[in-house]
Amino acid sequence: MVLRIANAAGFWGDDLQAARRLLAHAHVDFLTLEYLAELTMSILASQRARDPARGYATDFLEVLRSVVSYLHVAAGPRIITNAGGVHPVGCAQAAARILSDHGLDRMAIGCVTGDDLTGKIGELLAAGEPLAHLETGQPLVELKRPIVAAHVYLGAEPIVRALEQGADVVITGRVADASLTVAPAVRHYRWSWNDLDRLAGATVAGHLIECGAQVTGGYSVRWQEWDLDDIGYPIAEIAETGEVVITKPPESGGKVDRFSVIEQLVYEIDDPTRYITPDVIVDFTSVAVEDLGCDRVAVRGARGQTRPEHLKVALVYEDGFSSAAQLVVAGRGCLAKAQRCAELVVHRLQEAGCGPTEVHVEYWGAGEYLGQHQPPDPGELVLRIAVWDRRREIVERFTREVAPLITSGPAGIGGYASGRSPVRPVFAYWPTLVPRPWIEPHVEVRSAADWLVDHRQNP
Amino acid sequence: MPDVFSGAKTVRLGDLAWTRSGDKGSHANLGVVARDAMSYAFLEKYLTAELVQRFFAWTGVTRVERYLLANVGAINFVLYGALAGGAARSLRWDSQGKLFGTAAQELRIVLPDIPIASEESPP
Repeated sequence: MVLRIANAAGFWGDDLQAARRLLAHAHVDFLTLEYLAELTMSILASQRARDPARGYATDFLEVLRSVVSYLHVAAGPRIITNAGGVHPVGCAQAAARILSDHGLDRMAIGCVTGDDLTGKIGELLAAGEPLAHLETGQPLVELKRPIVAAHVYLGAEPIVRALEQGADVVITGRVADASLTVAPAVRHYRWSWNDLDRLAGATVAGHLIECGAQVTGGYSVRWQEWDLDDIGYPIAEIAETGEVVITKPPESGGKVDRFSVIEQLVYEIDDPTRYITPDVIVDFTSVAVEDLGCDRVAVRGARGQTRPEHLKVALVYEDGFSSAAQLVVAGRGCLAKAQRCAELVVHRLQEAGCGPTEVHVEYWGAGEYLGQHQPPDPGELVLRIAVWDRRREIVERFTREVAPLITSGPAGIGGYASGRSPVRPVFAYWPTLVPRPWIEPHVEVRSAADWLVDHRQNP
Repeated sequence: MPDVFSGAKTVRLGDLAWTRSGDKGSHANLGVVARDAMSYAFLEKYLTAELVQRFFAWTGVTRVERYLLANVGAINFVLYGALAGGAARSLRWDSQGKLFGTAAQELRIVLPDIPIASEESPP
């Protein structure tokens, strides 16, 4: 029997019904749920700064509740998720509460920690680690900005350990997305960490399913060719050899064909000969794809090289404030009218001595996505003005300068009723590397009942 | 279709390939998947990094790197600096470059004098 691993969440905010729909129509051995985009950790970190109980992807709890009936059966799927965010223990405790409430006290929850380096930055710098920006090479000491969070991408190894210790649900913080898929394959087939081509095959599978429905017909320029209702989320069937078949539940919407798979293969990658995870470095150019028909596509030939000696760290720092306001502008000459409105706002801000450091104006409907603002006159468009400044008060002032256009700007503008645009703190991303010996992943597996006992002792 | 300016015949990328884009750190990527082997051979030759960089010049892209995946008939482009500060910092509505793939469907390649397929109907 091949190992069947599904993914039913590609980001925090993905379809909450996807997991339940998937399990209702397909048998899978593992269900993975991926919640952490590059910046999600910074959002979670600032949430936890305000409330120590928060800091994990709460969508997961809703999904867990929706699939709990499938966990009662012996052959039910095991779940692997990075929903733990910056507070995996809190997430494990909340998940334990749900399982316990449904009579699943004995179910084992594994919690993977050790990815949080936020408190270790000083120590790393003192030890001579430059933590230089991965692209610019600038050393971190030159940043001089408040660091919000720093998390290293862990690999499959601690998840495998949790599975070995009997975990039915594994909750992690920052882990390489593909490792959520690699771990169950390594555990199931007892692969060694030197089985590089097998690890490469499972990593390709993980890369293909990590964005959920993007490999099953979502996010496609061919969207009219199939039904997007009830789109099926992906299942990777991984063989002992590391060969993979990508498919989706029968009777579901969407499409799996060689193009849907290849499009996702080249999604958000750089050098395809070196797709780097903590587990293995994969050469995507060695991969061959064969359409087997009936929404089944075989992916073979992935070649792996030894895992990297440095691990990637996603460091996030505070970088000022931004706000963006939108208005609809209608009528003949609407582009000129919108341009005049933007000028008025900026000019008024400058007159008040509150000109933002950066102003970015867009005219949606007038060819913005092609970078062209061309005739013929579109007749209507959305004007969007976005500003950034290090000083919060400057950005706040901007949000108050848009509404006066109602009375003092041209006619043919609407959309004021949505109120002032919110001011949001900007978190900027500083990718860097840390040598592997600094990282010690920690695994804790306990029954749901045990997680709750601890919860009461250490609220 | 003749190019408006030069009168040269052009082919629309969207007629030869499927495209998809996203953010990779502070940069964007554009995946181009040829519809068939002939389209791939054509794109491998004529869809250069320079052409892609020119098409996306308005984004402020500073450099385009091109990677071939001949096994699967795809080309990956990395668009450095195209996100105006990266997905986090960008003031664009499409801060993650999700629209670049759809925009690239409209990229036009001037057909060479020696026909690859038929000059009248693109492959």
